[in-house]
Amino acid sequence: MSDASINPSDLPQKSESLLVPSKLMRRRNAAETRYKAYGIAAIVISLATLGIMLITIFSDGISAFSQATLRFPVTMDAATLDPKGNRDIAEMTKVTTVGYKKVLEKSLIAELVLRQVAVDGVSEKDIGAFISGDAPARLRDMVLADPSLIGQTIDFSAFATGRIDGYFKGRVTMETAKLDSNISPEQLQLADKMQEAGILDVRFNTKFFTNPDASDTRPESAGLGVAIIGTLYMMALVVVLSLPLGVAAAIYLEEFAPQNRFTDLIEVNISNLAAVPSIVFGILGLAIFINFGGLPQSSSMVGALVLTLMALPTIIIATRASLRAVPPSIRTAALGIGASKVQMVFHHVLPLAMPGILTGTILSLASSLGETGPLLLIGMQAFVVNYPSGPLAGGVMEPATALPVQVYAWAARSDPAFIERASGAIIVLLAFLLVMNIVAIILRRRFERRW
Amino acid sequence: MSVFMLLVVIAVLALVGFVIGRQRALASAAGNIKEMHSLPLYYGWHGALMVIVPSLFALTFWLVIQPLVIERQLVGYFPPEVVESSAARTLAMADVRRVAEGLDIAIAQGAMTEVQADMVRTEFGSVRDRLADVGVALGAEVTPQILTAAQDYRKYAVVGNIGRSILTFLVALAGLIYAIRITNKDFRARNRVEQVIMALLSLSSTVAILTTVGIVLSLVGESLRFFTMYPWQDFFFSLTWSPNFQGGSDLGLAPLLWGTIYISFVSIIVAAPIGLFSAIYLAEYASPRVRSVVKPAIEVIAGIPTVVFGLFALVTLGPILRDWIAEPTGWGNSGSSVMTAGLVIGILNIPFVSSLADDVINAVPQAMRDGSYGIGATKSETIRLVILPAALPGIVGGMLLALSRAIGETMIVTMGAGAAAKLDLNPFEAMTTITVKIVSQLTGDTEFDSPETLVAFALGMTLFVLTLGLNVVALYIVRKYREQYE
Repeated sequence: MSDASINPSDLPQKSESLLVPSKLMRRRNAAETRYKAYGIAAIVISLATLGIMLITIFSDGISAFSQATLRFPVTMDAATLDPKGNRDIAEMTKVTTVGYKKVLEKSLIAELVLRQVAVDGVSEKDIGAFISGDAPARLRDMVLADPSLIGQTIDFSAFATGRIDGYFKGRVTMETAKLDSNISPEQLQLADKMQEAGILDVRFNTKFFTNPDASDTRPESAGLGVAIIGTLYMMALVVVLSLPLGVAAAIYLEEFAPQNRFTDLIEVNISNLAAVPSIVFGILGLAIFINFGGLPQSSSMVGALVLTLMALPTIIIATRASLRAVPPSIRTAALGIGASKVQMVFHHVLPLAMPGILTGTILSLASSLGETGPLLLIGMQAFVVNYPSGPLAGGVMEPATALPVQVYAWAARSDPAFIERASGAIIVLLAFLLVMNIVAIILRRRFERRW
Repeated sequence: MSVFMLLVVIAVLALVGFVIGRQRALASAAGNIKEMHSLPLYYGWHGALMVIVPSLFALTFWLVIQPLVIERQLVGYFPPEVVESSAARTLAMADVRRVAEGLDIAIAQGAMTEVQADMVRTEFGSVRDRLADVGVALGAEVTPQILTAAQDYRKYAVVGNIGRSILTFLVALAGLIYAIRITNKDFRARNRVEQVIMALLSLSSTVAILTTVGIVLSLVGESLRFFTMYPWQDFFFSLTWSPNFQGGSDLGLAPLLWGTIYISFVSIIVAAPIGLFSAIYLAEYASPRVRSVVKPAIEVIAGIPTVVFGLFALVTLGPILRDWIAEPTGWGNSGSSVMTAGLVIGILNIPFVSSLADDVINAVPQAMRDGSYGIGATKSETIRLVILPAALPGIVGGMLLALSRAIGETMIVTMGAGAAAKLDLNPFEAMTTITVKIVSQLTGDTEFDSPETLVAFALGMTLFVLTLGLNVVALYIVRKYREQYE
């Protein structure tokens, strides 16, 4: 068919030298180079996009791990915190965080006056707005735990609010501050001076890993604590549920199942389930586990059940592949010295296939770690501020969130500070994934046998 | 006794069964293993399995049955119109359970005694307020019926829990006694243990079927309920989508289906050439060293969670497309658009297309390449005229699988495509998809008796049928092709 398209004048003429490429030859060589260039371009485009994506996420997210923090001595004013003065816990609980906020503000203003840090046009209220809404609650908890603090002066560190924090990370500038009702350029100048005076500094934020989620107005205190616990619970449950079930099913199908309609049905089912959109598993979880089974919404238990059903097909397929890779000689040898079929499988084939099975399981766990859609449907995007209890105390039945869901929830908020948090959460998520993949690679390298 | 304690008891009994079974078999053969039918270990395992398997079945059975039985007992407290509608009954039962739970918590915190919890009447004051004091928030005031039902629920639950413990314990004990009695040196313990193992193995392989059944049942059941509330003609043929939780909504599939197809189309336009050409390069041109580095690097894309792509679409790509292309040309001013979502899904699908194409290209027999080179064809001519035609069915199958993945993709479209249901040709306009609407109709506070919520199940059904159909066609094409060369 290509012959028809060749123009006779393009063909090498008798008089032409072989050393000089003919027109046709040149065209064919050009096509060759072009194909190669297309291939290289395709690879460069895909890897470049991957690179750009990771770089933007990292540059957005890396600042989530540091946080502008105020450090100043706080004088615990007994008149505000314990009006009756008898240190009775029951009475002290009546003082709300508003009271503690006043104490913090007063102390910060006093410190600024003492260190002679001031900028014209910054009112006392503006200075108070430096302190995160999370700090008074923390101070209150400290005082209620230890009433003897009242009357003392303690060194206290409080997060600066999201806008101040954003200023030090380049998210908020003098220009944007002019248009922003929550912050003024004067406050930012004051923040600069406070940093010079050592009252304010930017440092590593361990609270990002331990704090629960926080409300829209205080991005600075939002953390991944509940999400990490929820993710760990779910992953542990997924392993416990899916590994035995998946391996058992794979052993049956690969080693024992008779060739009949029923087995065929199971096999078709498994390959189809692997291709069902993840969101459909979310609908299944909602309809069966929550509405019909009565399991609590947003709990790690339901999340784990859904993810288990999603992970099962991949685990079964991986296990079957590694069972098949064990050579027949091992089986015949085992049967030859008098092992039963079950003994042959459990004593010889399974141990040899174990590295492959574990690798496949870890990889399918890694993919369920990043699942978001189905978890949204079973309510895990809920705003959860309480840590779930320990695993033996029924913590898996209590509301929790998961890392990828937290990313989604933060990305949906309006304050740009939450985009930084979401990117930071992705970095944590990718770190988890990286560790799991490295473990899988090491397992494969170390234990994989070639026959 | 809690379920956890019961499991501990079963485990202890199983251990006892293991030790006694093994000892008895050994004792009956006077310690001579040659006299015994099976190895001593199998007698032990027999003892343990006889305790574990039946008692766990009994426990599971009880856990499933108990709520159903209790619900039947409580039916008398509800008015007939509640009993007849299954949705209303589920809601009423949920209320009863919450009140009962609240009473339990109140007792646990010492705010009420057992007797008080049984004696509380709505006439004595608001039960809701009392429960709110102990941290149980109830949506509505507790009616007398619900309260008495909840008190009865607690009584039945106590009886049920005692019955559960007794039954499980008795079954475990019976298994233990049976195992001990039957064990002697001639008992064929290995065969019995292997039979049980085989039964458990085949039982676990049915989970795949159960999952499919669960998916189909939940989708079909709720979709049917939706179609009793909302005419199916309107769902399939109406051209507008405007849900309204106050009623009177228009729930037409068309705009969502259009958005889904449009976005998937854009994604396949991105993924197909890039994936195909990178596969051709890797399979035909690249040196083994380049291949061993680039192939895993491309597959890294497949390992990144989709929510990461979603954030990339939302924060980076969407604004870039808006500021550089859509706004200067006047095509639109929205960051989330068909283009944004389509491009990102396309990138996500590159490794998928590329590895499938790589597989089929490698499956083309070397003899065909050699024949082509032998008559003087260059590499690119061989690829164009020999390899691609031979691999075409596999490649088409791969494209269809990628398309089905694009249709089912959720997070990227939720974050990057927008929420407005529109029938529009402009790719820089925000549109929405089936998956986005499933998420938005089912998240938040939802009640499962309005068509606005239930429509999500009909959408899920559509999605399921669509992707399943594509997969079946794709697998059929791929399989048919493979038979040619084997």
